[in-house]
Amino acid sequence: MMEEEAMNPNEPLAPGAEIAAESTAEQPQNPAEAAHSRRAFLFKLAVALNGAVGALLAVPIIGYLLGPAFSKRANQSAWIHLGRVEDFPQGQIRLASFRNPATTHWDGETGDIPCWVRRISGNSFQVFAINCAHLGCPVRWFPQSRLFLCPCHGGVYYEDGSRASGPPQRGLFQYAHKVVNGNLMIYAGKMPTLAAPYAQPPLTQIQPSSATANGAKSIAVHDASGRNA
Amino acid sequence: MAAPKKRASALYNWFETRLGLGAPIMEAAEHPVPANTSSWWYVFGSAAAVILVLQVVTGILLALVYSPTAGDAWYSLQFIDHNVALGWFLRAMHGWGSDFMVAIVLIHLVQVFMFGAYKFPRELTWIVGVFLLLLTLAMAFTGQALRFDQDAYWGLGIGASILSRVPWAGGALVDLLLGGPIIAGPTLSRFFTLHVFILPGLILSLVGLHVWMVLRLGINEWPMPGRLVSKKTYMQEYHSLTKKTGIPFVPEAAWKDALFAAAIVLSIMACALWFGPFGPSGQPNPTIIQTVPKPDLPFLWIYAVLAYLPPAMETPFILIAPVVIIGAMLALPLVFGEGEKHWSRRPAAVLMVAVIAVTLGVFTHLGMYTPWSPKMNAWSSDPVPAAYLRDRTPLEREGAIVFQNKQCRNCHSIGGAGGMRGPALDDIASRMTEDQIIRQVLQGGGNMPAYGNSLTPAETTALVHFLLTLHGNRPAAVNATRKLTMHERLPLPPEQPAPAAHGGT
Ligand code: FES
Repeated sequence: MMEEEAMNPNEPLAPGAEIAAESTAEQPQNPAEAAHSRRAFLFKLAVALNGAVGALLAVPIIGYLLGPAFSKRANQSAWIHLGRVEDFPQGQIRLASFRNPATTHWDGETGDIPCWVRRISGNSFQVFAINCAHLGCPVRWFPQSRLFLCPCHGGVYYEDGSRASGPPQRGLFQYAHKVVNGNLMIYAGKMPTLAAPYAQPPLTQIQPSSATANGAKSIAVHDASGRNA
Repeated sequence: MAAPKKRASALYNWFETRLGLGAPIMEAAEHPVPANTSSWWYVFGSAAAVILVLQVVTGILLALVYSPTAGDAWYSLQFIDHNVALGWFLRAMHGWGSDFMVAIVLIHLVQVFMFGAYKFPRELTWIVGVFLLLLTLAMAFTGQALRFDQDAYWGLGIGASILSRVPWAGGALVDLLLGGPIIAGPTLSRFFTLHVFILPGLILSLVGLHVWMVLRLGINEWPMPGRLVSKKTYMQEYHSLTKKTGIPFVPEAAWKDALFAAAIVLSIMACALWFGPFGPSGQPNPTIIQTVPKPDLPFLWIYAVLAYLPPAMETPFILIAPVVIIGAMLALPLVFGEGEKHWSRRPAAVLMVAVIAVTLGVFTHLGMYTPWSPKMNAWSSDPVPAAYLRDRTPLEREGAIVFQNKQCRNCHSIGGAGGMRGPALDDIASRMTEDQIIRQVLQGGGNMPAYGNSLTPAETTALVHFLLTLHGNRPAAVNATRKLTMHERLPLPPEQPAPAAHGGT
């Protein structure tokens, strides 16, 4: 198809016409054929060039598309202040919520993440993700029967988060947590799934300074939730 | 009279000289089709095309007002419903259009399958059709996500949790689906992009291909038992058939398509008018956990399957089943491209359709009333039937209170009210002895959690005594071994004949 078009001497394509004129001057013996092979070569060259440009263009496109999976910034988890220790009565389980550390204002309400806080006693806590370990539905705590029930497929967990019955294959996901100066902090920022059950807090040497900073101004930190951790 | 007509034809000719589309379109419209394909069985494909146009139009109209950000989407739907003139009706049309689309596409698929239309030379038409079915379902799912309410939010969570089970790539796939670490702004934006740009673009181009192949290869003839498809002779046979019995598609066959399409659009309008738009349910605020998320109709069967699969089989099933199902559908015309088309000679095919249809129907039906889900409010909203408290001892009545307060009711119904996750307990004492009940309550087992840690001994005693009063009109269950050992000392309970009509609920 392309070759036929390129061979057609009446074709009104301006650049082709110029080349044709040149080549007839150089090779008078078989002008049409020479012009054709030259154009065909140039066409292949142009296609190859486009291939190269395409490959170059693909780098930012694919990088942009895969960004969420590989960018460190987007998956940033942080230490978040959840509340004062005395906000959580001993031996009880309470619903708490925090603003996700990586968030935008157009996330609206979806940036507010709930979690279940179990204060076993003193400074000993467990912080469970809201998401059922089966398929992520929000589990509900029933203090009377001391069970978490999942509304979706009937997954049930005991108060220590271990699996009691139903389709979940494991216990509830837990957030890493610590108590600093009477403040309960959790390390969060990512929806827990079976592929990424919980975010690993950074190595210890960074922790003390940021933790004391957060602990010193607990209420302010709660509002600005964790961007600075 | 003549002058305007002349002017009109001059105008037509002006465009036709430049466009040259009129003649081929006329030719395509009037191409001969075998007379017996002018049938009500052949109207579903064109109906799907008409619904597609309807969905595009209503979709564009909704996009004029919809705000595709996580913070605003839900409020903009409320705005469309309540503040935009006829906004609710357009949302309803788009939603019902989507359900009708899925239904019509499925019916079209079954018809094509039963009529053997996927055989040579229409294999590729079928394959493109399979992709169109997948794209239709993808549109239904992404559309549900755009109705950014509680169901959509937790539905996305379910989608992410399913993807997270893919080995190795799971975590990255979740991040790609959500566009970030949690379900939030970027998640909605990418579902908007899929639903509004990418999927419709793919659908429109594949529909173009699909229709082009139907025109090029001709509509599948009405199958006759014993008339086998052979790659060598089929084209010849089809051409002589259209030559012998051919009628112009427009108007002689197309009137049925047109009539059916009109009926379908009217039905969508009627449903939109009577039943109104879908949702939105509560706002997408994850801290409001008093919610029972549920997918839209086309996905209820998946929801049900996921509830019934044994936990160990779940991940393999989620990962393997879609590959097998889609692979089988794609391979079908390549493997069975020749031979018998008529359903009466393809019992396996008929049986398969029947089994699949019944299975999907049953699971969809189960998905509607979700017997596997605990009823989260049953313990506080469904009272113990008065008949179960009459003439009971204080201990047994205390047991009824324990029964309610410990949320037993969320999973077990009595008197026909309560969850269906566990068995109904109206005649539990006719099936289990006191010892068995105590053991089951304290240690759990089967699909029941253990209550040993959440019941005091006094509560357990009361609860068990209440449960022992529940044996319907049957005799209470008796431990056979105990009967043997105590035979000498205790009189046997009087052997009542069990009245069959009073068992269970
Ligand atoms: S999501 Fe909780 S049981 Fe399925």
